[in-house]
Amino acid sequence: MRAQFVLHEVWIGLRRNLTMTIALIVVVAISLSLFGTGLLFVKQVDNTRTLWQGKVQLSVYLCTKISESPQCVSNGPVIPSEIAQIRQDLVSNPDVANVSFVTQAQAYQLFRKEFSQNRSMIDNTSATDIPSSFEVRLKNTEADATTVAEVIDGVRGVDEVVNDSSVLDKFYKLLDGARNAVVVIAIILIIAAILLVANTIRLSAFSRRRETSIMRLVGASNFYVQLPFLVEGMIAGLFGWLVATGLLVAVTSWLDGLQQYFPFNVQLSTADLVEVIILAMIIGVLLCGTTSFLTLRRYLRV
Amino acid sequence: MLQRPARQSAVSSSACDGPVIHFENVTKAYPNQSRPALESVDLDVEKGEFVFLVGPSGSGKSTFLRLVLKEERPTEGRIHVAGKDLARLTNWKVPHLRRRIGCVFQDFRLLPNKNVYQNIAFALEVIGKPRRFIRKVVPEVIDLVGLEGKRDRMPDELSGGEQQRVAMARAFVNRPMILLADEPTGNIDPATSIGIMKVLDRINRTGTTVVMATHDAAIVDSMRKRVIELEYGKVVRDQSRGVYGQAY
Repeated sequence: MRAQFVLHEVWIGLRRNLTMTIALIVVVAISLSLFGTGLLFVKQVDNTRTLWQGKVQLSVYLCTKISESPQCVSNGPVIPSEIAQIRQDLVSNPDVANVSFVTQAQAYQLFRKEFSQNRSMIDNTSATDIPSSFEVRLKNTEADATTVAEVIDGVRGVDEVVNDSSVLDKFYKLLDGARNAVVVIAIILIIAAILLVANTIRLSAFSRRRETSIMRLVGASNFYVQLPFLVEGMIAGLFGWLVATGLLVAVTSWLDGLQQYFPFNVQLSTADLVEVIILAMIIGVLLCGTTSFLTLRRYLRV
Repeated sequence: MLQRPARQSAVSSSACDGPVIHFENVTKAYPNQSRPALESVDLDVEKGEFVFLVGPSGSGKSTFLRLVLKEERPTEGRIHVAGKDLARLTNWKVPHLRRRIGCVFQDFRLLPNKNVYQNIAFALEVIGKPRRFIRKVVPEVIDLVGLEGKRDRMPDELSGGEQQRVAMARAFVNRPMILLADEPTGNIDPATSIGIMKVLDRINRTGTTVVMATHDAAIVDSMRKRVIELEYGKVVRDQSRGVYGQAY
């Protein structure tokens, strides 16, 4: 096999259809980077999910004198014996993994810290306005949150049970929707890329029909006739992938920079990024190679 | 000129080499055509022969050549080329068949962006011959066709006759068993055609079987080789040392 000859033919092919080659590289680059973004999205969502699952799942807020729920209004603020009873109920519940009590004083400290920029808020709130609470960790988040919440909700002295995971679920739904949209667009673009590869290779085969007809005439094997086109498609795919890699690295570093301004955790390691990039390369090169091969089978028959 | 004693056909027939081209009751019908392009053709071309294929346009000369190259399959009948039954030759082996057959056409079919040397070398490059071999044999074949000193010319700097010589060099450079020539003098004036025929004769003398389809009566008459005449897809005449024919 004469590599120099094949590479020379590839170079001629790429140069002759320069505009098509550029279009091909751009479409491959965009579809691969969107595809990669979709994959990174999936990883981000998965990573955040596991991160949050290890944290608090239920917050049980207890009555204070300003609580507005009917049971607090009729029973008044929670008293120590009720607190002991609630703790007992929680600890004895088989679905509960861990219970910790946050006193009003502790909660007030947290409140002051979080609203430190807002003096009037702090000035108008006294320590007794902030409810004490139980922070409850469950053994199995998804399944048990509602059942435990329902049981505790009716106990005397409980103001409100907040299911953290239901809040997160909304957030996840949003993320999932965004991810699905990205993946759908990526798939559409990949289809466009496939058609474009087919068209480019066909054009290339057509513009070199003289060469290929002579090659067939003098008995060049199919492999030899087709290889330059195959390599041509794959090189375009490779260039597209390189551009996509650049875009993906840029996007992730931009997200990292964004963390300074938002309380938003990017849970993507370099390993995740490398994994996505390698996957994109395999897909890009395979896609271009296979499409070229299938196109050639139609246009360069013996 | 060119009236050397004709070589005896069927040079030494050892057991394994029968005719290089063997047609047995071959019919080729194209779809949507009332009359088959070739009809029940039986003929043998022996190793080392020089054969003219004559007949009016549409008589089946080109179809004959295409069948030999396995660019077409016969509708009926059997074809053997270089000892191979074409019906049993798998598609991926067809290139190997074509390496044993050289082809020359009326329109030369040179690559306009390659010079003489590169055009000839291309035929060897694409079948994966080593560069050392190419450097050795291409100059030899350039000499054989009489293009000494023109190896760096581009096709558009050459006359029609010279271009056809390049095409012949390309067809012959891999030392094929058979050379098929489809109206090689069709685009060339009579004086230059004589030179082309000299080259074909020289190639024939190396032991290569030459089959030439032509309309050129003067050439056929001057060469005095075997003549096969086709008409409406049938062989109407097969003469050793024949002439083009009275009808034309």
